[in-house]
Amino acid sequence: MTMTPRAASWSFHEEDSARIRGVLQDFLRDASARTALLVDRAGQMLVTVGEPPQFDPTAFASLTAADFSANDQLARLLGEPEFGALFHQGERESLYLADIARRVILVVLFDNRTTLGLVKLRMKAAVQDLTAIFTAMFDRAPAAGSTSVDSEFLGEAEDELDKLFGA
Amino acid sequence: MSLINYASREINCKIVYYGPGLGGKTTNLEYVYEKVAPSSKGKLISLATETERTLFFDFLPVDLGTIRGFRTRFHLYTVPGQVYYNASRKLILKGVDGVVFVADSQIDRMEANLEAMQNLYDNMAQHGYDLTKMPFVIQYNKRDLPNAAPIAELDAALNPGWPVEDPARQKPTPDPYRPGEYLVREIEGTWIERVPTFEAVAVKGEGVFDTLKAVSKQVLKTLG
Repeated sequence: MTMTPRAASWSFHEEDSARIRGVLQDFLRDASARTALLVDRAGQMLVTVGEPPQFDPTAFASLTAADFSANDQLARLLGEPEFGALFHQGERESLYLADIARRVILVVLFDNRTTLGLVKLRMKAAVQDLTAIFTAMFDRAPAAGSTSVDSEFLGEAEDELDKLFGA
Repeated sequence: MSLINYASREINCKIVYYGPGLGGKTTNLEYVYEKVAPSSKGKLISLATETERTLFFDFLPVDLGTIRGFRTRFHLYTVPGQVYYNASRKLILKGVDGVVFVADSQIDRMEANLEAMQNLYDNMAQHGYDLTKMPFVIQYNKRDLPNAAPIAELDAALNPGWPVEDPARQKPTPDPYRPGEYLVREIEGTWIERVPTFEAVAVKGEGVFDTLKAVSKQVLKTLG
């Protein structure tokens, strides 16, 4: 069948990462939170900043996206356009999740060294900054060739597939 | 929407197993999980009911390793097949790069297959995705059961094909997976394209990797 590259694919570059990390590092310091993660709505981990998480990040990212999407639909049932943020409270560790530009989810992991109030307060500015960065990223016309892998990638990837799944 | 992350040198692709309830979607993932080397797989996550019916999704990351500097992974998802769970099913399709439709070959499940296929097209369209332009394969599962419908019957119902508009592609294209068959061919003056199909007995692992390999290769081609 036809393999039409879809415009919805996007890429995440070195310089985007540096700016985003800067925003998140400032936020973690100001909020005294432990770790900040960015996950896209399809369930893929984009960035982790702060203390390295002790859990499986891939599993965490897929569950985060599902959690956020399910809550999005709950909001719609209530007639709300969205729940912009979610809070999950644990005994020692808690999670605060916020939407970025409808495409990405910011997840903040914090413990009793800080308070929900402080995290929420500091998160507002971080969410604004990140929304501006991501919106610009999505609007940016992809430079020629920038969102595709080089031609030899395909051959090597197919070889790996044959090895992994049996030729 | 495969994501090429140049910052962390990663490529992640999302493949979704779709189909009617009790058709074998979760069984496909369980077999892959069982057989793939531990270094190449992550955790298998199942959000299921107490009776092991999929409630939200199953998820299995499979790692191809580092290819030309990029760590390349396939994220395999299943959806809940039961009609009742359409809201969750639709969510899982978000950002999908490739679809495997797992059909239940049993004659008395034909209606459930058709309903699930229609539901797949509808949910894809609601996300703005065109299934006819995406990596897509069909697996006819449970071929070992005595009441399995003939392949021709399943093809006619679930894989009738769609017209090929692009003149450059209006030429006979052999089906690489079924010798003597064609994916693109002319029928009564119209060029029709079908998707690759695979026979399977997922509980025994038959056809599971053939299916996954075919859709994965199609997805890789979209990255180039």
